[in-house]
Formats: sequence, structure tokens, C-alpha cells
Amino acid sequence: MSVIAAILGRDLRLALRQGADAATGLVFFIIVATLFTLAIGPEPRILARVAGAVLMVAALLSATLSFDRLFQQDFEDGTLDQLLLAPPPLEWVVLIKCAGHWLTSGLPLVVVAPLLAVFLNLPPATFWVTMAAVLMATPALSMIGAVGAALAVGARRAGVLVAVLVLPLAVPVLIFAVSAIDAAALSAPTQPHLMLLGAVLAATAALAPWAAAAALRQAVT
Amino acid sequence: MFHRFANPARFMALANILSPWLTVAATGLLVAGLYFGLLASPPDYQQGETVRIMYVHVPAAWMALFVYVALAGAGGAFLIWRHPLADVFAQAAAPLGAGFTAAALITGSLWGKPMWGTWWVWDARLTSMLILFLLYLGYIALANAFDNRERGARAAALLALVGVINVPIIKFSVDWWNTLHQPASVLKIDGPAIDPSMLLPLFLMAGGMKAYFLAVVILRMRARLLARRVRALRLAAVGG
Repeated sequence: MSVIAAILGRDLRLALRQGADAATGLVFFIIVATLFTLAIGPEPRILARVAGAVLMVAALLSATLSFDRLFQQDFEDGTLDQLLLAPPPLEWVVLIKCAGHWLTSGLPLVVVAPLLAVFLNLPPATFWVTMAAVLMATPALSMIGAVGAALAVGARRAGVLVAVLVLPLAVPVLIFAVSAIDAAALSAPTQPHLMLLGAVLAATAALAPWAAAAALRQAVT
Repeated sequence: MFHRFANPARFMALANILSPWLTVAATGLLVAGLYFGLLASPPDYQQGETVRIMYVHVPAAWMALFVYVALAGAGGAFLIWRHPLADVFAQAAAPLGAGFTAAALITGSLWGKPMWGTWWVWDARLTSMLILFLLYLGYIALANAFDNRERGARAAALLALVGVINVPIIKFSVDWWNTLHQPASVLKIDGPAIDPSMLLPLFLMAGGMKAYFLAVVILRMRARLLARRVRALRLAAVGG
């Protein structure tokens, strides 16, 4: 247990002390959303129609920025070898590292996304649905990203490669999160979409750590 | 049987025997399929002559999925048994699979314009096929992204297994989401919903494409094994 806490604490300290690291993802998220609105134009009805899509794509891109933080640095400085030798199973370690990644990259988006939704002219009634959608989508993205990041550990130009590997796999998350926000904007029932999104999150939480751990093992041996 | 051909020399011997037969079969079946498909089969009562696109489109889409499943199977065999030929097969098959997927997407697009009035719709089947294409590209990129080839082979094998999730999504997308792409009409429980005169060229083309795939895969595998041997001999010459 103490090992788990130590790994989580280390990841959080590393992300927060290098300050810019965690903040950059958030700033990037806001900039992408802003660029979309500038490109689409100020027409309120159109903005409200595309708001959910803009928010989720921005969140996806912003998460992609920080995937190389998951394992690449640990691989370079040798920490990854220590993690493989550590007493807790590697699957647990992966899950904890995903939690650390989510706390520093996903959680800020959960707070900011509903505010941006207001700027994008979504009705205030969608506030909680937007928050719930981002709250469930971002950890799923962290875990899918962990699989891609683990596969690409040690590759040339790993950052671009991870994006190419992860973005196609993230499509279900994108679809269900956006349809939940869209349903809320049309005051249609949102529960089915949120439940499907929850199912995607549960499936990734159950499967992704195994895949990522297998990828890490073969990366280091 | 499976492990018997882990020996590259034994595989080469078998490949040398099979290769000409497969080439003949592929040529014969594809020529016959194209003849029956383009000339000797009736036009559709609704779609007219454009239905002939089906004889390329549908077998190519079948092959796209078949090759991906084979790729994942090879990935599993490579990771579990360290089967030395599984990686050679996967690297040889991946670009072919990407090619079949591209063929299915392009012919589908050409078929969509006259029938649906649009080149492309974001329909579940089309989108999931596009994702399959991107998975193939990611697979090829990952396999070639490492200085150590062995490492790339293992990472790519894992990615192939992860991507298998997409295969049932493609197969059942037309049943789960009721969108523009028509549901399955050949592989149905109550028999195919296509006239036998159209089924014949369809199956000829499907068989032809499969034979073509096997012939080219074996050709590429032989080339790869020989290249490996050349490298080993060169190294031995330098070292000795």
C-alpha cells in the first residue's frame, strides 16, 4: 500500500513541481476550444450545436499532449525498471500512474469544461451533464492513453506515434460523451448516453491496465 | 502442424510448392469473377449497373476484416509461443490488409455517390472501417518505430490484439445502429438474400482475393526471410 501511495505521490509531485506541465494541458484545452469558436464564428445557435463536440475533441487533444509523461520519462531515467521490480503487480502500478495522470490532466478539465460550455452558449441546464461526461471521459482517455504510451515506450518520435495509436481507440469515448452533452442541450434524456460512457470507462479500467502492463514488460526486457 | 512450420526452412519448402498453385488460383478466380461480375450477371432491378461495384467492394471488405483477425492471431502466436514466423507473416500481411481496407472504402465511396447521392456519410459501418484503416496504419508505424526490430514486432503484436475490439464493432455496426449502410445480406441465418446469379461472381471474387492474399503474403514472407538470410551471411562474412 505504501508503495502505491509513494508512486502516486511521486507522480503528482513531479507533475506539479514542473508546474508548467499540468497547467499547459489546461491552457491548451482552452486555446483549442477558443480557436474552434473563432473559426466557426459567433452565431450562438451553431455554437450551441457544436459545443459538446468542441469540448470533447479539445479534451482528447489536451490529454494526448501529456501521454508521454506517463512512462517515457520513467523509461529514460530507469524508474520503469524499478517499478517492474516493485512488490505490487505491474497492473496496479499502471492503474496508479493513470490516476496520477488523470488528477493532473483530466481533473482540471472537469472543472473548466462546464465554464467553457457556458461560453459556447450551451444552456445552463447542461452544466451537470457536461461535468459528468467530462468526469467519466477523461479517466477513460488516461487509461487508453496508457496503453498507447506503454506500446510506444522507447520509440523514435514517441509523442506523435502515441497520438496516432490512441486517437482511433478513443472514438467510443468521444461518441458517447458528445451524445450525452448534445442530448442535454436538446433537453432529451441523457441517462442512456452517460450509462454507455460509464460502461466504456468500466471496460477500459478493467482491460487497459493489463494491456499496458504487458506492453511495459516487453518494452523493458 | 502449427509448430512444425516454425522452422523457416520447412516453411520455405512448403511455400515453394504452394506459391505457383496459389498464383494460378488467384488469377483464374479473379478473371472468372470479373467476367461473371461485369459481363455475365444481370443488373440489379433497383441499382442497375452500379451493383457491379459490389463484386469488388464486398470481398475487399471481407478481406479487410479477415486480414486483421489473422494479424491479431499472428500477434497472439508471436507473444505466447514466440513463433518465429508469426511476426514475418504479420509484417507481410499488414500492408495488404491496409490495401484491402482502402479498396473497400474507395469502392464504397464510388458506389455511394450514385446510390446515396454522397461520396461519404458518417455512418457507423463507414466510420468503423475508417478506424480499421487507421489501426492498420498505426500498426505499420509502430512496427517500424523502433531501432530494435524485435521490440517493434512485439509492440505491434500487442497493438493488433488491442485493436481486435474494433472487429465485432464493424461486423455488427449495421445491426446496432440503423443507418444508411445496408445490413448483411449474404451471411444470414435464413440464407442469403441475393440471387444465385449474383452470388456466383461474389464468391468467385472472394475466393480470388483470398488466393491473391495468400500468394502475395507468401511471396513477401519469402522475400523477408531471404533478406534476413542475406544479412546473416553478410555479417558472417564480415565477422569471419
